Formats: sequence, structure tokens, C-alpha cells
Amino acid sequence: MQNYGWGLPVDISTHGWQIDRLILFFHVSMFVLFFGWLAFMVYALVKFRARAGHKAEYESKHFKLPTFLEIGIAILELVLLVVFSMPIWARYREVPPDVKNSVRVRIVAEQFAWNVHYPGADGKFGKVDPKLMGASSPVGLDPNDAAGKDDIVTINQLHIPVNTPIVVDLTSKDVIHSFSLPVARVKQDVIPGQATSVWFETKQTGEFEIVCAQLCGLGHYRMRGFFVVESKEDFAKWLREQAPQQEVIETTPEAAAVPTGPSTDAPLPAAPLKH
Amino acid sequence: MDGLIKHISHPHPVTGVTNSKLGIWLFLASEVMLFGALFSAYVVLRTGAPAWPEGAKILNVPLATLNTFILITSSVTMVLSWAAAATRDLGKFRKWMAITILLGCAFLVVKAFEYQSKFSHHHYPATDNFYATYFTLTGLHGIHVICGLLANLWLLLPGSKLFAKDPEMFTGRIEAAGLYWHFVDLVWIFLFPVLYLL
Amino acid sequence: MAHAHAAAHDHGHHELPFWRKYIFSTDHKVIGMQYGITALLFLFIGFAFIMLMRWQLAYPGQPLPILQNIFAETQMVGGIMLPEFYNQLGAMHGTIMIFLGVVPLAVGAYGNYVVPLQVGAPDMAFPKLNAMSYWLYFIGGVIMLTSFFLPAGGAQSGWTSYPPLSIIAGEGQTWWLIGMAFLINSSLLGSINILTTIIQLRAPGLTFWRLPYFVWAQFVTSFLLLLAFPPLMAAAVLQLMDRLAGTSFFMPSGLVVNGQALEIAGGGNPVLWQHLFWFLAHPEVYVLILPAMGIITEIIACNTRKPVYGYKALVYSVVFLGFMSFVVWAHHMFLTGMGTQMSTFFQVTTMIISIPSVVILTTLVLTLWGGSIRFNTPMLFALAFLPMFAIGGLTGLPLGLNSTDIHLHDTYYVIGHFHYVVAPGTIFALFAGIYFWFPKMTGRRMNEVLGKIHFFFSFIFMNVIFMPMFIQGLAGVNRRLYDPMQYAHNQSTQGLNVVSSWGAWLLALAQIPFIFNFFWSIFAGKKTQENPWQATTLEWTAPSPPPHGNFTVEPRVYRGPYEYSVPGRKDDFYPQSSPEGK
Repeated sequence: MQNYGWGLPVDISTHGWQIDRLILFFHVSMFVLFFGWLAFMVYALVKFRARAGHKAEYESKHFKLPTFLEIGIAILELVLLVVFSMPIWARYREVPPDVKNSVRVRIVAEQFAWNVHYPGADGKFGKVDPKLMGASSPVGLDPNDAAGKDDIVTINQLHIPVNTPIVVDLTSKDVIHSFSLPVARVKQDVIPGQATSVWFETKQTGEFEIVCAQLCGLGHYRMRGFFVVESKEDFAKWLREQAPQQEVIETTPEAAAVPTGPSTDAPLPAAPLKH
Repeated sequence: MDGLIKHISHPHPVTGVTNSKLGIWLFLASEVMLFGALFSAYVVLRTGAPAWPEGAKILNVPLATLNTFILITSSVTMVLSWAAAATRDLGKFRKWMAITILLGCAFLVVKAFEYQSKFSHHHYPATDNFYATYFTLTGLHGIHVICGLLANLWLLLPGSKLFAKDPEMFTGRIEAAGLYWHFVDLVWIFLFPVLYLL
Repeated sequence: MAHAHAAAHDHGHHELPFWRKYIFSTDHKVIGMQYGITALLFLFIGFAFIMLMRWQLAYPGQPLPILQNIFAETQMVGGIMLPEFYNQLGAMHGTIMIFLGVVPLAVGAYGNYVVPLQVGAPDMAFPKLNAMSYWLYFIGGVIMLTSFFLPAGGAQSGWTSYPPLSIIAGEGQTWWLIGMAFLINSSLLGSINILTTIIQLRAPGLTFWRLPYFVWAQFVTSFLLLLAFPPLMAAAVLQLMDRLAGTSFFMPSGLVVNGQALEIAGGGNPVLWQHLFWFLAHPEVYVLILPAMGIITEIIACNTRKPVYGYKALVYSVVFLGFMSFVVWAHHMFLTGMGTQMSTFFQVTTMIISIPSVVILTTLVLTLWGGSIRFNTPMLFALAFLPMFAIGGLTGLPLGLNSTDIHLHDTYYVIGHFHYVVAPGTIFALFAGIYFWFPKMTGRRMNEVLGKIHFFFSFIFMNVIFMPMFIQGLAGVNRRLYDPMQYAHNQSTQGLNVVSSWGAWLLALAQIPFIFNFFWSIFAGKKTQENPWQATTLEWTAPSPPPHGNFTVEPRVYRGPYEYSVPGRKDDFYPQSSPEGK
């Protein structure tokens, strides 16, 4: 498993390098600070151990260095926060990708599976209704909605094309889950009654995992999904294979490449909660 | 054995308060946090809701206004009972304390009537978040009223024996109970407009 | 316990019967010991739970040797732990360690026993309230534990009890909430008592700037408990309403559980619970650490034979820490869909709050400089606290920035971080305190050789357990996983689970010298007088153990708490209450 070892998992995302760099920087700083401080402590313990003829000093020597160090640490933290962390978060949370070229997918989490919902060739998500959620339609697709007829719903299978921005709209049916793609440095709590989105782009193909990162009940440990990153052609081919068999649409390879289009589809059932 | 502990009856020279007075203020600070959290929860739920009914349309404003008046009056009579204890008039203390307790009971009776009227129309906490908030907030407040009544009842009856032994300490206890009672009144003064008028 | 020879100054009234002297006592020392013994028992139970869980983590799906027969079919089948039982043990391990173990020990036991003595008071301000706090704690603990014997088992939604999971969970969760209500009220009454005692009952001459740092730490801790717990009480009431009265405070509309739409009004907000919960739970972690800092400051000052470096800085830091702890809570919620502005606010406050901790740690290390350091058992534990807390504190930094938290949230990195602070952090400080104040409580000393063996092996095994968790966290291993092997990215670090588990079981064995030492020394330890450590604070002027009322003569304080090695004096310590010139 070269993807995983004792260090950070492989990073297949385009934004992950900033997170990894910050993690590395933190740990280097922590090591330097800790061992420097520990060395001083051990030195003091040895030099000032109680022994015959040795007395303690009532008046403490005043040290200037610690004040400089503390101010230095405060400045370091400020720099890490403002220069490194905030831009990552701002880009991660707020900047929407170029909509035309992105692939949009919805995931409805439940105990204990990921229901992955693609809009199909028409690029529109069909209407969904929690009242219709059941074994035959895990995401509650309204069978009367034309836009939903070509929608693709899988259980635990998230395929995406490489080198493409992906937008994942997340919600949950029952309890709080957390959608985590460790190799893409993506993690987002999936909260029922709340629609949240994450976006990311990958630069490497392979087969990886979706992990649930929030205790969601008995089966939390086995809420594992399959996360496959493949070439655009393979992705299109896979979508065609998943498509419901009502119509056979003859398409040219180019047109069948990446289903894109604006997401003017029906909104998710619950109003997004802002806080 | 408690005789060694200082500032039970006489205030501390620097802080200016007795132990029980400081203790009750600290307790009230925690109660502010309790009801503050509940009010915050109400704000979050109401602002996040697509629709929220107007309290005045669902709840009985005249009855609640009466209850507000009852509770404010009971705070006044509570102060009068404390003043009587401070001036060492046991009879007056008993009178005003009894009236305070009766007024508190009247408040609860009105509340019970309100609740009963809601239940008979099949409106329960589970009906929707408006009712859930209404019942929970007024219910918790009601429990605090009951506890205050029990404390006052104790002070009126068995507790009043202390008056003969140590009137200073007894007056301190009335003061502490009074502070608690005022706080319970104050919470209602916030609850009433928030639930009934907004 | 050893009160039989209490000094003869009972105000001339009759001896209390056994049950009023030892069971429903209002004496702060007896209550402190009741808290202490109950808390140590609960700590042992919480530890036993994790030792069971660690079998499943190290050897998933393998039958538990020897002990399997004591478990019911709903807990283990053929000796193999069921996921529901694992989740129950997990939720209860956290709950017990925090609310039934560490806080009652740090605040209920140490606070109760030591604070009145250190401020020169005869007892707490409200002795009867004190007794009530203990019994509320006891009842709350019993309620929590009894939930395990329910058919559906105990609470299993994490100690964090996030809805909607905790709302749809079985009966045990209701008992958890009721137990919490008892514990919260116990804490509230206890904190009112400690605050009033410190403010009102200080001996003449004992100004705030002359208070031992332990008292300052308990002072700030009690404010945190007083003001932070009520929102959790409110939240618990709301969750009970959701569970029992069918309300939807935390339940949004449109929930479908197991294929069935829930028949509830909906419109609630699960994140509301998280805000209310963490509003308490973050200050709660400072409740876990501040008394520990107080304890080790006493021990370090005494065993370096010099005043602490920067006493004022220590005081300002702990007060500032107390304030800041109220405004960092949402760093536990970065991934709930938080926008940039809100998360920036909480990241800034989280970074700021690390500063006073750094100041405290640095000040304590600088205290060593120029000292004459004695390496007895309490001092060893106190010294070890410093680097262990440093590791815990430092690893909090990447968790406190939301971007790095994306990778580290809900992983073993978090578990490593907080355990370093609480386990080789606070618990070491509590051990230090036991060895330090044992002579005051019993009039006898604990055995030093056994103490050093206890220290040495505990230190090693604590690190064996928790250091690997940082590696696992960086590799992306998530928390609360019954069977970590289900995920590919967990496989390569599975060996570390075996290491941590053996560390835990060996750590348990390492406590045997301590348990033996503790009980044996009560009866056969070397007898000691009032002040075996030659310390300066007021408790060391009372007899060992102190009688009811503590001091035969009310102390009067003339100087600060750490006047060690004062120039021109014969002894290297100058007690706070020794008259000038003596």
C-alpha cells in the first residue's frame, strides 16, 4: 500500500500540499521548541540538584530570553494563522470552482452508507423528497420528475474524473456523519437538515476510500465507500454503464466526455442553515 | 461546630457581605447562564425557522399579564417580609411571607390553567418548536417558582425557629431567599414579552 | 479514617455517631476523602473500560481471554465484543474519566481538602451544602453506571452526545442525561462553596496576592464550573425533552431512520446542541488542567526551596486563561459548515489562549533555575507533568487551525493530544498531590521506593500508549472505530494499536505498587509530624491529620506563600504564619 504508511496519506488533491506544508511546518516548530525547552529543563535539573553545600537562591535571576521567545511564538502563531491557514480555508470554503467545467455530485449519507447521486446526461438533478426515501430510491427521487429519469444513484461508489473540479453537495438522512476523503484532504461534517458543499480537484488517479469521520452509530466503523479517480474517458464510460436503461442515447465520444452544465436543478430538501 | 466559621451572620469587613449573600449571588450568576442559554437556543431556533407563529395569537396574553402582575407584587411582599424580619417583627414577617407564598401559588394556578387549555386542544411540546420552547421555558421557570415556594414555606414554618436564636442570621436567610425570588420574577419579566408578545 | 485521635477541642459537645462522622459528615476533610476514594474508584472503572476496548482495537474480532464469561450476550458473543458494547464503553470511558473521575478528584477531593486549610479556615463556608454536593455526585455516578444493566445498554453516542444520534439512541442515553443533571448540580454547589470560602474565610493577613497558587487555580476553576456548566444543563434539558417529550429542538425536518420517516415536528438544529455542549466542554478541559497546575506549583516551589519565578505572571495567566476559555469553544466545530469569519474568530482566540499556558509552563521551568532540587516522588510526578503537558499543548496547535484540522479532525491525533494533557498531565499531577498531602491526611508517609517504581513505569507506559497515536492520526486513522481494519489507510498503523494496548495493560500493572503503597501506608507508613516536607503554606502548620476545625489557634499570615531560602534565616523555609522575627 504505497498510498498509506506511517506518514500522511498520499495527496492526490491540488490544494492538499498547502495543508501538508502547514502540518510539516507545525511539527518542525514543535520539535524545535519542545526539545530546546526540554534541554534547558534537564540542564537546570542537573545543575541545581540538591547536594551538600549547595543552597537555593532567593532572588531569581531575571531571564530576558523567555519574554522574547513568548513574543516570538505569538508572532509565529499569528503568521501561521494569517499567512498560511486563513487563505487555505477561504479558498476551501468560499471560492466556488469554475462551474462550467466542474462535475457536481450529491451525496446523501445514511446509517451506514453513502448514497451518491449524479445528475445524468441532462446535467440536472431530479426532484427529491425525504418522504420518498426508501430501498428503491435511497435519495428519494421523485419518479414523476423528468429531470430525474436519467439520474444515476449508486451506493458507496463515488467515481470522479481526474484534473476536474468536483463539487459535492452533502446532506444526511438521519444522524450526523462526516464525509472524509483522506487522500484528497477533504473532510466535511454531513448534518441532517443542512446542505453543505465541498469542492476539490485531483491530480492523480487510483482507487481510494470514503471514510465516515463522525460517530454515527453501530456501523460507523464500516461506513466505507469506494472513491475512484479515473480519466475523463473512463469516468464517462462508467457513467454510461450506471445509467438507467430507459433510453439509449447515441453520443459522440466528445459529447459523452464530462457531463457538465449549470446546476439549475431542484434544491435539496432542507434550507441550508447558516451560522 | 459551625460556630468557628466566620461571616455567617456578620459581613466580611472587606467584601461587605455575609457568606450566604455572596453564595446566593454566585448561584444567581449560574442561573443567568442557565436561562441565558435557553433564551439563546430560542433565538437560534426562531431565526433559523422558515415560519414562527406570533405568540399573541396562540397564547393567552391577558392571563400572562395577570401573572406578571402577581409575580411583581409577590416580589414586593417578599421585600416587606424581609424588612419585617430586619426590624425584628415576627408577626409582620409571617404575614408578608404568607402572602408572598399565596401569590406564588396563584401564579402556578394560572400557569396550570394555561397548560391545561393547551393540552385540551391537543397542543403539546411535541406539536412544534413554538410549543416546545413555550412549554420548556415556562416549565423550567415554573420548577424554579416551586423551589422558591418550598424554600419560603420552610422559612415561614420550621425555619422561623431561627428567629428566636439568631435573628441576624435569620434575616440573612430571608434576604437570600428574597434575592432568589426576585431573580425568578426577573426571568418571567423576560419570558413574558419574548414568548407572548413577540 | 485516622481521625480517631482527633484533638480534644469539640466545643464540649458529644462525639458524633459513626454515620454522621464518616458517612454524612459535613467536615470538609471527610468529604474531601469521600470524593477522593469515590473518584479513584471511578477512575479505575473508566480505565477498565478502555482496557477492554484496547483488546478489540489490538486484536479486532478475537475472543477476549479469561474474562469473556462475565459479559452478557448483548455485550460479547463468544468473547468477541459487539460494536454496540464498544460504543458504550467508549462513551462511558470519556464520561467517567472526565465527570466522575478527574474533576471530582481535582476539585471535589483536592479542592475540598486543601483549600480551607491553605486559607486558614476551619471548614468550607457551607459545610452542609458540601455534603450535599458529594451525595449528588455519588448518586449521579451510580445512575450513569447502572445504565449498563439496561437491556439496550448504556449511553453509546460518545461523551459528546451529538443529536440526532443521541436522540434516536436507546434508553441508556436518558440515564446519561439524568446522571449529568445530578453531576452538574453537584459541581455548581461545590463551586459556590469554594468561591465563598476563598473570598470570605481567608485568615487575617492572607491577601489575594499572598494566596498559594493552588488556591488561585481552584478559584478560577470554580468560576469556570459555575458559569460554564449551566448551558450544558440547559442543553441536557432540551435533549431530554427531545427524547422523552418528542420535541424537535435538535431534530431537523425530513429525518428518515432505517427507512422510516420520523414522526416528529422537525425544524430543530443539531448544531445548536454542539454550541451549547462545547460552551461548557471547552472550559471543562481547563477545569481538568488548572487544579493540576496548582498542585504542581506547590510541589515545585517546595522542592526547589525557592520562591516561584514570576508568581504574578502565573496569577495573571491563570485568570486570563479562565476568561479566554469561554470564547474558544467552536474550534471543536470547525467542520460543521462554518464560514470564514466565524472560524477566523475562533482560530484567533484559540491561538491567543495558548499564550498563558506557555507562560505558566515557562515560569515553572524557570523556577528550577537557581534552586536546590529534591527528587522525591511528588516532585518526580510534578516535573514529568511539565514536558507531558507541553506535548499535549503543542499538539493542540495544528488542531486549532481549521485548515490543518481538515486532515486531523476526528483522528487519533486528537486522542493523543488530549490524553497527553489529561493522562500524563493532570493525572500525574493528581498522583503528585496524593504523595505530597498523604502525610497531612493520615499522619504517615508513603513509601518512597514504591513511589519511584510507580512513577518510573507509569511515565514509560503513558508514553508507550499515547505517542503512537500522533502517527496514527497523521496517517488518517479515525476515532471511535470499533474495527479499524475495515479501512485500507488504517492497515499500516495497526501494529501501533497493539503497542498502545500493551502499554495500557502494563500501565495498569504499574499501578499495583501505588495501590499497595497507599493502603499499606495508612496503617504502617512511617509516622510524621506536621510538616514533613518543610513547606511554607498554612496546611503544614495544622496537626497531621487536622482535627475538626483544623487549627487549634486561628492562623495569622505575615508573608507570601513561597518564602524559601530567605537570606539571613537559619531554616531554608519561612512559613506564612510564623510571626516576624521567629
